[in-house]
Amino acid sequence: MRESTFRTQMTEAREAPDQRRGISGWLRANLFNGPLNSVVSVVVIGLLAWILWPFLKWAVVDANFLGSTRADCTGSGACWVFISARFESIIYGFYPAAERWRVDIVFALMAVLVAWLAIPRLPKKRLVGLFTLIGFPIIAWFLLLGGHFGLPEVPTRAWGGLMLTLTVATVGIVGSLPLGVILALGRRSKMPFVKSVCVIFIEFWRGVPLITVLFMASVMLPLFVPGNVEFDKLLRALIGIMFFWSAYMAEVVRGGLQAIGKGQNEAGQALGLGYWQRMGLIILPQALKLVIPGIVNTFIALFKDTSLVLIIGLFDLLAIIRAGLTDSNWLGFSTEGYVFAALVFWIFCFSMSRYSQYIERRLNTSYRR
Amino acid sequence: MLRPSTSLPRRGQGPLWRNPTVRALIVQAVLFLILAGFIGYLVHNTLNNLESRGIQTGFGFLEGRAGFSIPQTLIDYTSDSSYGTTFVVGLLNTLLVSALGIVAATLIGFAVGIARLSTNWLLARLATIYVEIFRNIPLLVQILFWYYAVLRALPSPRDSMSLFDLFFFNVRGVVMPDPQPLPGFSATLWALLIAVVATLLFARFAKRRQMATGQALPVYWIGAAIVIGLPLIVFLASGAPLAWTLPELRGFNFRGGINILPELVALWLALSIYTAAFIAEIVRSGILSVSHGQTEAARSLSLPGGITLRKIVIPQAMRVIVPQMTSQYLNLIKNSSLATAIGYPDLVAVFAGTTLNQTGQAIEIIAMTMAVYLVISLTVSFLMNLYNARTLLKER
Repeated sequence: MRESTFRTQMTEAREAPDQRRGISGWLRANLFNGPLNSVVSVVVIGLLAWILWPFLKWAVVDANFLGSTRADCTGSGACWVFISARFESIIYGFYPAAERWRVDIVFALMAVLVAWLAIPRLPKKRLVGLFTLIGFPIIAWFLLLGGHFGLPEVPTRAWGGLMLTLTVATVGIVGSLPLGVILALGRRSKMPFVKSVCVIFIEFWRGVPLITVLFMASVMLPLFVPGNVEFDKLLRALIGIMFFWSAYMAEVVRGGLQAIGKGQNEAGQALGLGYWQRMGLIILPQALKLVIPGIVNTFIALFKDTSLVLIIGLFDLLAIIRAGLTDSNWLGFSTEGYVFAALVFWIFCFSMSRYSQYIERRLNTSYRR
Repeated sequence: MLRPSTSLPRRGQGPLWRNPTVRALIVQAVLFLILAGFIGYLVHNTLNNLESRGIQTGFGFLEGRAGFSIPQTLIDYTSDSSYGTTFVVGLLNTLLVSALGIVAATLIGFAVGIARLSTNWLLARLATIYVEIFRNIPLLVQILFWYYAVLRALPSPRDSMSLFDLFFFNVRGVVMPDPQPLPGFSATLWALLIAVVATLLFARFAKRRQMATGQALPVYWIGAAIVIGLPLIVFLASGAPLAWTLPELRGFNFRGGINILPELVALWLALSIYTAAFIAEIVRSGILSVSHGQTEAARSLSLPGGITLRKIVIPQAMRVIVPQMTSQYLNLIKNSSLATAIGYPDLVAVFAGTTLNQTGQAIEIIAMTMAVYLVISLTVSFLMNLYNARTLLKER
C-alpha cells in the first residue's frame, strides 16, 4: 500500500540552521555575507585597531588628569592637566572669582528652563516658554552685568569661557526665533513693500558668511552710532549674530507656514478673526510644531558658530583654550586643548541633535517607510 | 426679528481704516517711513563719524600701493601691486580652496553616504560615527585642530616624511614635483579638448541610436578610452614635452617643486571632512527617498543591479540630492572665509583683514567682500531654480 499523501500529524519544527544562530550566525549575516563584505570587514577592523587603540592609549591609559603644573604630566599620553589646571577660567573666563555665584545661578536657572521645555510631560509649556523668551534674558542680564541692586558691575570685557559661549548662543537663539517668525510672516505677506523688505533682508544675510557679518559688526557698527556713544563689543557681535540667524530661522519657519493648508486661514477668516489672531491662534502653533526639528537644527548650527566670535577678539570657550596654548608654561598642548574644545561642543550639539530626532519621532512629522 | 440689512455697513462704506486696501497702504507707508528714517539716521551718523575721523570715502584707495606680501598668489603679485590686486589675489585663493574642498567633500560624502546604507554592519556603523562626530564639532575647532595639532606637529623640512622621494610632508606644508611644459605641449592640450568634444558628440549619437533602435553602445568605456587615449598618444608622439622639477633639500628648506602651504592643507582637510558629513546625510536621504517599489519594478523587469542603480535609483535620488548639495557647496564657499583664523590668504584674510587695517576704508571693503559672496550665492540659487524647474516631477 502506498503511504497516505498527506500527513496526519504536525512535523516537528527543525532547528534553525547552524549558520543563522548565535554570534557566529550574526557575524556571518552582517559582516561576512559574501567575499566583498568579508574583505571590507577585515579592512575596517584593521583600521579601527590601528586608529582607536592608539587614541585610547593616548587619551586615557597613558594620560595624566589632575595636577596644577606642567611637571604633573608624567605619562607618555595626553596631558589633561592643561585643562584641569585652568578649568575655572575655561568656564568663567575672566569673571571675578568673588562674583562667580551669579554665573552659577544663571547656569542653574537656564538648565531648569531648558529641561522644563525639553521634557514633553511637564505642564505649562506656553508660560515657561514666554518666561524663557522674555523674563530669563532680563534676569540674566541684570545678574551677569550687575551695577544694580548693590551688585558690583562686571563689564562684558571680563566675560569669557563657556559662560560667554552660552551667553552668545542663548541671546542668538532667543533673539533670532521671534525675529525669524516675523520675517517669515512678512515674506508671505500680500503687501508688496513689506514682502520685498523681508525678502531682501533674508537673502542678504543668507548670502554672506558669518565672519564678514562679525567683521561688519566690529568695524562698521561703531560708525553707525553718534560718535560719543560707547558701543559694547559683545553687544555689537550679538546684534550681528541675531540678524544673521534670524534669516535662517525665517526660512525654516516659512517651510512650516507653507505646509499648513489654506483652509486653516480661511476658516479663521470665516470666524471673523483678525490677522494676528489667525496667525497667533491657528497658523503659527501648527507651523512651529511642524518645524521643531528644523529649528533645533538651526540652534545647533548657531551654537557651533558661536566659536567664530574668537575672530573679532572675544574670549569664548575656544578662544580661552587657544589663549592658554600660547602661555609659555604650556606650549605644545594644542592637541589636548582642541580635542577638549571639540568634546565640549560635541556634547552640546550631539545632545541637541538627538533631542531633535526624538521630537521628530514623537510628532511623527516625517514620512517613514 | 431680523434687523434690516441696511444698518450693516456695506463693503466700501464704514470707517476708512477698516478697509483692507487702505489699511495695507497705511501699514506699508508707516514701515517705509520707519525704515527710511532709520537708514537716514545711520547714514547721517556715518557721514559725521567719517568726517570727524578724516576718512575719505570712495574707491580711489584701490589704486594705492599695497606694500605687503602674500604667501600664496595665483597671479603675479608683489608688494608694489595695488590694493585692487590684493582683492583679486584673495578672491582667487578663496575660489581655489573652495574648488578643492567641493571636489573632496563630494567624493568623501558620497562614499560615506553609501557606506551608511551598506549591508555590512561594521561599515555602516563606522560611517554613522563619522557623520555624528564631524558634523557636531564646529568647523573652526576642526580647522584649528588640523593646523595646530596635526600639521604643526610634522617634522622640520630636514627630516620631512617623504612619499617615493617625490612628495614631502613637513611643517612648512607639502612639497611636490612641478610640471614644466616644454614647447609642443600645447598639442596635448588641444588633443584633450578635441577628445572631450568627440566624446560628447559620441554620447549624443549613442543616445539617439538607442532611442531609435533600442541598442545600447558602451558609451562610458569608449568615452573614457577617447579622453585618456587620444591626449596620451599625442603626448607620446610629440616626444613627451613635459619636464618635472623635482624638489630638492638645500640647507634648511626645499628648492624647486610646488610648495603647498600648510594653511591650505589644513583648511582643505577641515572643509572637506566637515562638509562631507553633511553631504553623506543628503546622499543617504536621497537614496532612501526613492521608493522601494521602483527597485522592485526594475527587478521584475529583470534589469541587472548596476543598471537599476544607474538608470532608476540615482536619477530619482538626484532630484532630492542636487538642491541640498548646492546649498552645501555654498556653505563650503562661505565657510572658507574661516581661513582668516589660521592665516590662509583668502579674500577675508587678505582684503577684509590686511588691506582694511592698512587703509581704514571699512565701509567700502566690507561692502565689496560681502558683495562677492552675495553674487556667488545669488548666481548659484538662480541656477538652482532653473535646475529645479527642469527636473520637477512632470505629473500627468
